[in-house]
Amino acid sequence: MTSMDTAPAIVPDFGNEASEGRKLAIICSKGSLDMAYPGLILANAALGEGVETHLFFTFWGFDMINKKTMGDLKFTPLGNPATHMPQGLGGLPGITHMATSKLKKSIAELDVPEVPEFLEQIVASGGHLWACRMSADMNHLTEEDLYEEVEGIISASDFIEKTEGAQLLFI
Amino acid sequence: MPVTTIDGRQVHVNEEGFLTEPSEWDEGLGKALAAQIGIDMGDEHWKAIRFLREDFAAQGETPTLRRVTVAGGIPTKALFQLFPQKPAKKMAYIAGLPKPHGCV
Repeated sequence: MTSMDTAPAIVPDFGNEASEGRKLAIICSKGSLDMAYPGLILANAALGEGVETHLFFTFWGFDMINKKTMGDLKFTPLGNPATHMPQGLGGLPGITHMATSKLKKSIAELDVPEVPEFLEQIVASGGHLWACRMSADMNHLTEEDLYEEVEGIISASDFIEKTEGAQLLFI
Repeated sequence: MPVTTIDGRQVHVNEEGFLTEPSEWDEGLGKALAAQIGIDMGDEHWKAIRFLREDFAAQGETPTLRRVTVAGGIPTKALFQLFPQKPAKKMAYIAGLPKPHGCV
């Protein structure tokens, strides 16, 4: 059915007021390639919706912001039944390398960037990156070792304080 | 689909107000659409909107924010300044195109 109208025109509700004040906190605790992406994709999506977004990198998630490892995260089918491969294969030499290349290729085919470039995009979109104090101390790492856009190495309680009222995701 | 009057002409829109017939669009309409959501179009805005139109014509889908940056050459940061809060959706609206479907 077609309805005719005069003014007012139908204008999308971009919900600026509703999303103002909405916050999302994402805790990234994994350092494997497949587990790095969920947090990055959700952070990027939230920023695109005008949501203030903070990422906290802790434990293995530190590999996502450690300059030495961030471009070289790996994926292994070992211990991951969701690949539907015989588990015995997972331990063969070269399998991790092969699986990593394959996953990277699938991701690139979708025009989704690699981890360092993805972080750059998140920061350009207004996202905040934080490193976990305990993880830094455990690994004897300082801000020098981390991706330069990380805003600081902070304690867990600092992060909880910064993200007061936020919705929280633990990955 | 409803028909609404924008800039003195009737256009087809969906229930949210996005144009459903990209061919009904021209830059005059784009300017009026932008004004509806509080955006005053400048040269930088037009650069982005023209990229959206061209890319949609070539690819058959609305480019995502990342694509506007990578293929259109406009930095993400600038897009957030030009079209605050929800740049991808706002650009699509002004360009008279559907919302982008891609996740990234």
